[in-house]
Amino acid sequence: MELKTIQTHHVPVRYLEGGSGQPVVFLHGAGGLTAEDPFVARLAESFHVYAPFLPGYGDSEECPSLRDMLDFTLHSWDVVDALGVKDPILVGHSMGGMIAAEMAAVAPHDVSRLVLLCPSGLWLDDHPIPDIFATLPFEMPALLFHDVAAGQAMMTAGLAVDDPGFLQTYLVTNARQLGMAGKILFPIPERGLAERLYRVKAKTLLVWGDSDKLIPPVYAQEFKHRIAGAQLVSVPEAGHMIHWEKTRECVEAVKRLA
Amino acid sequence: MKFTWFNLMPWPYLPDDFREKNRSVWVDIDQSLFDPEKSHAVYNTYMDLLEYAGTVGFDGIGVNEHHQNGYGIMPSPNIIAAGLARRTKDVGLVVLGNSIALYNPPVRVAEEFAMLDCISGGRLVAGFPVGTSMDTNYCYGQIPALTREKYQEAHDLIMRAWHEREPFAFNGRYNKLRHVNIWPRPIQQPNPPIHIPGGGSVETYDFCIDNTYSYSYLSFSGYLRAKALMQGYWDRVAARNAPDSSPYRAGFAQTICVAETDEEAERLYSEHISYFYNRCLHVYPGFADAPGYRTIKTIQTGALSQYAPPRGGYTQLTWKDLTEQGHVIAGSPETVRQRMEDLIKGLHVGNIFCLMHVGNMPADKCMYSTKLFAEKVMPKLRNMFPDYADDDRFWCKPMAGRVSAGALPSEREAALVGAKA
Repeated sequence: MELKTIQTHHVPVRYLEGGSGQPVVFLHGAGGLTAEDPFVARLAESFHVYAPFLPGYGDSEECPSLRDMLDFTLHSWDVVDALGVKDPILVGHSMGGMIAAEMAAVAPHDVSRLVLLCPSGLWLDDHPIPDIFATLPFEMPALLFHDVAAGQAMMTAGLAVDDPGFLQTYLVTNARQLGMAGKILFPIPERGLAERLYRVKAKTLLVWGDSDKLIPPVYAQEFKHRIAGAQLVSVPEAGHMIHWEKTRECVEAVKRLA
Repeated sequence: MKFTWFNLMPWPYLPDDFREKNRSVWVDIDQSLFDPEKSHAVYNTYMDLLEYAGTVGFDGIGVNEHHQNGYGIMPSPNIIAAGLARRTKDVGLVVLGNSIALYNPPVRVAEEFAMLDCISGGRLVAGFPVGTSMDTNYCYGQIPALTREKYQEAHDLIMRAWHEREPFAFNGRYNKLRHVNIWPRPIQQPNPPIHIPGGGSVETYDFCIDNTYSYSYLSFSGYLRAKALMQGYWDRVAARNAPDSSPYRAGFAQTICVAETDEEAERLYSEHISYFYNRCLHVYPGFADAPGYRTIKTIQTGALSQYAPPRGGYTQLTWKDLTEQGHVIAGSPETVRQRMEDLIKGLHVGNIFCLMHVGNMPADKCMYSTKLFAEKVMPKLRNMFPDYADDDRFWCKPMAGRVSAGALPSEREAALVGAKA
């Protein structure tokens, strides 16, 4: 994958690009994205993939003027426009799925295929989503993975945890990334999407891990119920980081819409 | 020097095994530990103690705002201050403060502070904290990365509401108000003095310097650990070419316990100190700093949360550790005087927020310590900054001819009204 920069109205946006074929735009979750992301790499074996970083993520510039859900949604359309792709398959994971669903709701004629990997954006009082902003790093793997030990290894791979500067770097990254995510996820990851999902015209595929402990599968039913014609792919032995734990299944799902 | 007697209002009935059985004293503290009927006496005793401090020579009595917090049962400091305004005469009322980003709309703060200033005859010292992340983000749901912007807007709105004499429209990002026209407005003109509690944000330093507000560092870890942070502030004061470096531009909170001798101080107060540092400060680290609450610049300066306990936690700190490391200044009047001098000179601070009620300290011990400090320590510290003796920019200016509570005519006089007419 190649790391590139494109200018948009608000800020220069960093994005990964690779592969060839039909265009796919992938929107990452609150945890962010790296050039080594296994899902993006696998997707690029079959598609022309664009994976933009939300401002503040990775090494990209922050954007204080993006404050609310509409700002995030329109900015994400700005990115697609700037990339010059028309009607890409829009794929979003978690927070990225929330943004993708909003994009499809505000501009239903501009997106015909939508893949939502365990998206956030809905809230059920009987099934409260854990507060990731009050979750300590060492508690995260248990929320995010079906195979917690393997997940922990994936999350800490390449991190110099013993480096004295690690904590400060970690805190800065966290403040940049989760600070940004918090604008649409804090304190409750819900910004009215439920009232707008009726507008989605795209053929929609929902992909959900059976052992998702962050956004439990009951939310898959809620999305399915609210998006006309949406289909659900339930994946056994997969947690919230389904695109890492079951990369092949997620890529197959995207291929079903190709 | 300005000495303010402060009460955080801790809940005094946290069980011995609180720390082992609970993850946090704040945000999600166990509801069953609060007993409303017991709180009746707790609140009234705490208010009595504040009033008492107002009679023994302190310049101010201080209250603050916390939410869902076992060591601060004062979600509304204004309610407490209103009670104090009626029952005290000359002492400053230091409300440190109202977390202005939390009030909707923030003109509520402009109004309530104006009411307090009017009722007290101009005795209000107003505080505008951003609020801790625990209070502001985790309890009151403010979006961390937008909190400072909202705070700034709230500040601008409150100041305009206090200063303007015509109704005005305020088209803010977070507040849309067609007719801002507060009634009443404060006695103190153009506004009551303003203190800003901060925890090391460079932005807050600058905000204080640029507006001539006093910067207060409300730490529990004592003056020795505060040196770097306060030096950062004073460096900034110099760097931004402030017209002076008056010590009243800064304030510091310090836990203080006074007895006849050092040994007596340990005997009388160590269990209450231990209660505070071991139980009351037991905050779940996941609530200490919501990502986005601190700016990147602040994190990079290394000013991490004061709520992150020292390595190893407070439990391992004994009375000796806590006093030697300066978390607590305790001992005989002479010991306390020496250490207070070190604090005042070392940090160059003119406003001291004296945390003299500590943890589950009973009223009699608290009065004993308070009186000793007021009589045997405070007078010797009064003239630490003779060059700035006339600097009154950061303290309240009560009006002349203030009335007292309870100055109604007698019922007999009232009964004669009809006859006179």
